[in-house]
Amino acid sequence: MDSITLKVPHTTERPAEITNYGPTTHISQPSVTGTSVVAFKYKDGIIMATDCLASYGSMARFRNETRMISVGNNTLVGMSGDTGDFQHMKHTLENLLTHEYDMDDGQNMGTRSIYKYISNIMYGRRSKIDPLWNSYVVAGVENGESFLGFVDYYGTTYQSPTIATGFGAYLAQPILRKYVEGHEDELTEEEAVRILDDCMRVLYYRDGRSFNKLRRAKVTAEGVEISEPYPLDTNWTIANYVVGYGS
Amino acid sequence: MNFAEMHQPEFAQAPATERHSHGRWEPYVDNGGTSLAIAGSDYVVVASDARQSNGYIINSRYSPKAFQLTNNVILATSGYAADAKRLVEVLEQNSQMYFHKHEKPMSTTATAQMLSNTLYGRRFFPYYVFPILAGLDTEGRGAVFAYDPVGNMERVVYRAFGSAAALVQPFLDSAVGFKNQRNADATRLLDREQALKIAIDAFTGAAERDIHTGDWLDIYIVDGNGVQHQKRELKHD
Repeated sequence: MDSITLKVPHTTERPAEITNYGPTTHISQPSVTGTSVVAFKYKDGIIMATDCLASYGSMARFRNETRMISVGNNTLVGMSGDTGDFQHMKHTLENLLTHEYDMDDGQNMGTRSIYKYISNIMYGRRSKIDPLWNSYVVAGVENGESFLGFVDYYGTTYQSPTIATGFGAYLAQPILRKYVEGHEDELTEEEAVRILDDCMRVLYYRDGRSFNKLRRAKVTAEGVEISEPYPLDTNWTIANYVVGYGS
Repeated sequence: MNFAEMHQPEFAQAPATERHSHGRWEPYVDNGGTSLAIAGSDYVVVASDARQSNGYIINSRYSPKAFQLTNNVILATSGYAADAKRLVEVLEQNSQMYFHKHEKPMSTTATAQMLSNTLYGRRFFPYYVFPILAGLDTEGRGAVFAYDPVGNMERVVYRAFGSAAALVQPFLDSAVGFKNQRNADATRLLDREQALKIAIDAFTGAAERDIHTGDWLDIYIVDGNGVQHQKRELKHD
């Protein structure tokens, strides 16, 4: 009896017309993914949030994942996109810190160095047409100056006082442009938390790949702090009045 | 009949387009933005807006795309921001290597040729960048070099590239080049105040009509005294 060929979901075959010639390509689709990262500057540093969901397509597959990590002493990295590629990046960064470590020299891997390192990996992989399917938000406070940068799988980089990835770029960024832009140096932590929770609430209402269990993180001169998971208060009473969308 | 045969599709291979609904991943993006340069008899003015966008999304309001190399040459870019940043790094590294090897800064014309070679070196996987290189030539005159992404280059008096090039270049043709105007000396060069004013006006106009241009304007003026940089506000919408 002939063997049965199984097609693994989320794996693409090379198009027939380039199987025998052309450049080597390694395109795959993301499989287990995390949605938006929202981050912005405030008076004491940077605040960031991600939810705890890792989706498998439209399935809410893993509901207790962390998409923010602390790298070095004063750098916070948030990720959206493929969680497998994120694990690879975490591994690479751990290697970097291990290799660069010299006992008692008192040196710390700076935020800008980590940002440049991640950016170079992302641009390098896109140039091999074998991208890491992620967007990264890198935040840190170095000698009194806060840093907030973004990298995606094109190797596109930019710095901005407010950053939101994925759906957040459409839903959270307009809120941040209104309440944060121009006031970065005045916003207190309480105000920042309120704005951030509002953004995450809007995302929870309208992003179908989001989850009401999230973590908040901040990076200040004192270092990185990542919260325990918490839920947001939501109000669905108006849902009854929504007309359309097949409701 | 076995299971595998039963489930054989009618055509052994479906058309490639059906199997790849998402298409091939493109390694390029257009991050918008506009750059221009105007040469004078003993100066050159370079201007670039600082907005970086991706489709209808504004990534950043201040992400500079004009860079000063160590040898007082300005490289203004537009197109794909990641490639532009890497291209600037490559050029800066090479010009510093030249400086340490020859104990003198690389001349503007040499840098211009190096940029062309660097771009052509990636002929089959190009840097998706439209560079404008500006500085002073060995006689101290303003020099502007314009390139396509694969290294074709041309020395010009003025040039605009980027998302608003179709708006800005015709304006420069009229205001700087005096094109198709009776009794006008098309060969005359502007003085620097005029050139600066025209550069600013060009960007005010571009920011009004092009959604990918705006926020901030980086201006570099290179002359015998060195490089002067200023940052001005553009439409912030």
